[in-house]
Amino acid sequence: MTAKLSCRHVWKLFGEGAKAFLADTPSPDAAALSARNLVGAVRDINLDVAEGEIFVIMGLSGSGKSTLVRCLSRLIEPTAGEILFNGENLLAADEKRMIEIRRHRMGMVFQHFALLPHLTVLDNVAFPLSIQGMDRAARETRAREMIDLVGLTGREAFYPRQLSGGQQQRVGIARSLAVEPELWFLDEPFSALDPLIRREMQDEFVRLQSKLKKTIVFITHDFDEAIRLADRIAIMKDGEIVQTGTPEDLVLNPATDYVREFTRDVAQAKVVRVGRLMQPGDASGRPRVAATARISEAARLFDGGETLAVVDANGAPVGRLERRDVADLMLRG
Amino acid sequence: MTASAITPRDMSTSTTGRNNYPVVWLIALAVFALLWLAPVPGWIDVYPKAWEIPASRWISAAMKWLVNEASFGLFTFTEFTRFLASIIEAPYRLAMSLLATGFLSGQGSSAVQVAPPLSWVAVIGIAALMGHAAGGRALALLVFACFAFILVFGQWQSAMATLASVLVAVPIGIAGGLLLGIAAYRHPRFERALTPVLDVMQTVPAFAYLVPILFLFGFGPTAAILATVIYALPPMARITALSLRQVAPEIRDLGRMVGATRRQLTWRVLVPSARDSLMVGVNQVIMLSLNMVIIASMIGAGGLGFDVLAALRRLDIGAGLEAGLAIVALAVALDRLSQAFAQREASPLADRGASWPARHPHVAAGLALVAATYLLGLLLPAFRTWPEAWEISTGAYLSEMVKWINVNFFDTFEAVKNAVLLNVLIPFKRLLGELPWLGVTGLLAVAGWRLGGVRLMATVAILSFLIAATGQWEKAAITVYLCGVSVLVAALIGIPIGIMCAENERVWRVVSLVIDTLQTLPSFVYLMPVVMLFRVGDFSAMIAVVAYAVVPAIRYTVLGLTRVDPRVVEAGRAMGATRGQILWRIRLKLALPEILLGLNQTIMFALSMLVITALVGTRDLGQEVYIALTKADTGRGLVAGLAVAAIAIIADRLISAGAARTRARLGLADSGGSAS
Ligand SMILES: Nc1ncnc2c1ncn2[C@@H]1O[C@H](COP(=O)(O)OP(=O)(O)OP(=O)(O)O)[C@@H](O)[C@H]1O
Ligand SMILES: [Mg+2]
Repeated sequence: MTAKLSCRHVWKLFGEGAKAFLADTPSPDAAALSARNLVGAVRDINLDVAEGEIFVIMGLSGSGKSTLVRCLSRLIEPTAGEILFNGENLLAADEKRMIEIRRHRMGMVFQHFALLPHLTVLDNVAFPLSIQGMDRAARETRAREMIDLVGLTGREAFYPRQLSGGQQQRVGIARSLAVEPELWFLDEPFSALDPLIRREMQDEFVRLQSKLKKTIVFITHDFDEAIRLADRIAIMKDGEIVQTGTPEDLVLNPATDYVREFTRDVAQAKVVRVGRLMQPGDASGRPRVAATARISEAARLFDGGETLAVVDANGAPVGRLERRDVADLMLRG
Repeated sequence: MTASAITPRDMSTSTTGRNNYPVVWLIALAVFALLWLAPVPGWIDVYPKAWEIPASRWISAAMKWLVNEASFGLFTFTEFTRFLASIIEAPYRLAMSLLATGFLSGQGSSAVQVAPPLSWVAVIGIAALMGHAAGGRALALLVFACFAFILVFGQWQSAMATLASVLVAVPIGIAGGLLLGIAAYRHPRFERALTPVLDVMQTVPAFAYLVPILFLFGFGPTAAILATVIYALPPMARITALSLRQVAPEIRDLGRMVGATRRQLTWRVLVPSARDSLMVGVNQVIMLSLNMVIIASMIGAGGLGFDVLAALRRLDIGAGLEAGLAIVALAVALDRLSQAFAQREASPLADRGASWPARHPHVAAGLALVAATYLLGLLLPAFRTWPEAWEISTGAYLSEMVKWINVNFFDTFEAVKNAVLLNVLIPFKRLLGELPWLGVTGLLAVAGWRLGGVRLMATVAILSFLIAATGQWEKAAITVYLCGVSVLVAALIGIPIGIMCAENERVWRVVSLVIDTLQTLPSFVYLMPVVMLFRVGDFSAMIAVVAYAVVPAIRYTVLGLTRVDPRVVEAGRAMGATRGQILWRIRLKLALPEILLGLNQTIMFALSMLVITALVGTRDLGQEVYIALTKADTGRGLVAGLAVAAIAIIADRLISAGAARTRARLGLADSGGSAS
């Protein structure tokens, strides 16, 4: 697995003399920090985001998610550590190089949309391109494509305040995609929306990603959202990552009580995939189910029988799924 | 103006020391009484002449040096001032030609008009079109009415001269304030240097810097415009820095994420995002420029300001009032226009394919109007200038009316005036005049120490000492007396009105309309009716100051009372408190910090107005500045002006510290100082 974005021992401490302190005390604990009046917003973070992956960072308010994602894009200067983007150390890049990278390789969606109030939808979406100096005709063509992609055709001439929250975030998404970024940051993009719209936007996001296949760092404080969208999840608490893994890993093997707290109310059948429960053996003649399907989907297919035939993406049989195992899992929660 | 001087440490020392609070005060008062009443050496009573710092001589000498010798290497100071003057002069001449004089060729009286100025029809039409573009038919009508008023009352020529200088001063003030504000936002070190300069600029009466400007730039419209810009620019700089800082952090992150350079970030992200609050600054610049119109005419601005001033000097009430009302009309029109442009809903993009006039109907109509009136003007002179025969003037009636009032009510007015003078003003004035400078300085220092700690004590004591040491003590005492009496009266009127407004929504609606209007009036206008009824003197000055300074007293009282947490009031009601108890024991108590800040603003307003009342013959620092102005004595004017600023700063810092303390004691969050 080649990592698109890696971060090694990244620290961000707020407060006076943070840098000198961290140089003296390589990995201070919470007590040491508070003794020095420092806020450890991000503490010793290591992570790798693979190409084409949706990497979700989940944590409660104040756990340091925004600070971390701003360190990754270097909107905030980390106190220590290394951030590698396509193997290049971002923290060593100069101002010009950073502008270059942000203009062409990164996009970001913001919690409160961050639309420019004085620009129309069209001009907002075209804004990153106009900053690059692209001429009007070319950038408007591109912007119209993006507006079309997020389903806002016909609203090009509207101003942000004339749109609903969901529509505004669609504009934010279109704008961040206009530069065709390789790396797409989304900082709690749906948190400011009400639950129904949030659900709709999540579906929209899944649809977009199935087309675009971007490398994504997605921030949320909503565990349900995380398991719906993520390929992998990192759970943050007090500036540290407590566990990284696929949604199934987290649900089946929570590393700490803190993680278990989140997973307890999750219906496992909706997270765990058939591949995880299947057993070796042949069940030809039985209804077939994909290994990547969720257990909750498979449960409907038994049709009175005891087993299902599990197949891979090409339809070749890879094993069988026992009704008993499914029932056990569903009874657990 | 905030209570920034108070650090948490200062607060805690003053709270832990509260036990001996009365004792400190008792000792201080006892010492003060001793200094005042006991036979002490003369220098304690009156600052000796021999020890005076000859600040005014130094300043005058420095100015001479600047003009005659100073050089920045590549160019001399005089060349620099000439350069500044030329920046102002070229656009001013253009605006004047366009609006008032027409385009001339040749010099002086032999000049020939090449092209006439814009016809009054065109000017009114364009103003109304702008109103229509920004705020629809209602605004178009209002703007039309304002300009028509100016026209039919025969103020057109003067008004256009005033408009021309405002049209030059305002963009320069906006651009200058914007650039300073951006620099302050970007470089904290620059902001730390700029803030005290802006503080002083806003507290020194405008009169004071008229003198050096006069000295450097000579008498004339250029100097007047420069003075206007200096007066109008500080709020723009402050508002710019503030509103850039208030742009949502996400928007700033957005700008950096799309790879904006520093310049792009400023001009394409931050400034447009802060547009709404920046427009407040723009409006302020316009209003302050108009406020300055009359003062600026003292150093050579013509137009309406000059007319008012001249009428005031002749005591020709009718003429003065008409010119004054024309300024008000201009102010109302420009104020509403700028506000409407600020709040305008940008209309959805017009069809790019449409023809130019279809996309810009207002501009097209304006241009057509200019062309049409120019051609018509060639045929009909009435299109060029409004015929004198059509003008109306109420000046004669007004003068008649004043005469009638004076004949019939002279005795009553005189009796009221004399009673107040004899029983209140003169005793108070005498009392203040007798206080020993050393005792007062000491008492102020103690107050500073108790309210805000050592730093405030030092600030207050040094400023007070400097007033005495530069020989301004006696005049300062008179200033404090006039200001004090006026503030007291303004508070006694304003706070009860504020309470009534906070209790009753309907009253507030009426009052807020009145005070909004009062604030659009240039401060000079207050003088007119007062002088009309009471003639010159301290009493007239006091009434004019009260009329001007009562506004913040009302506003802040309402603000404070309406901000009180409704849950606290609810709790009081649940405990069975009566309406009166809720008002006195809960709401007024919690609103105290705001009321104090309102008082602070009242003092600032009063001080700025005092300088203007110098025209009606007071003998305070304002008069000193005014005399310096007529003699072009830079040092004298600046020293007196700075003494006014010192009084203002002392009052401001002490009251702000007091308000912050009260707020802390009541457990209220700091609302960030005065929200003026
Ligand atoms: N500029 C700053 N100065 C000092 N402390 C800060 C600063 N920015 C963030 N912090 C602190 O760092 C911690 C992490 O903040 P952060 O905004 O990253 O949290 P978050 O997980 O994004 O929370 P939320 O879900 O509320 O957005 C918090 O304790 C916060 O108070
Ligand atoms: Mg956050």
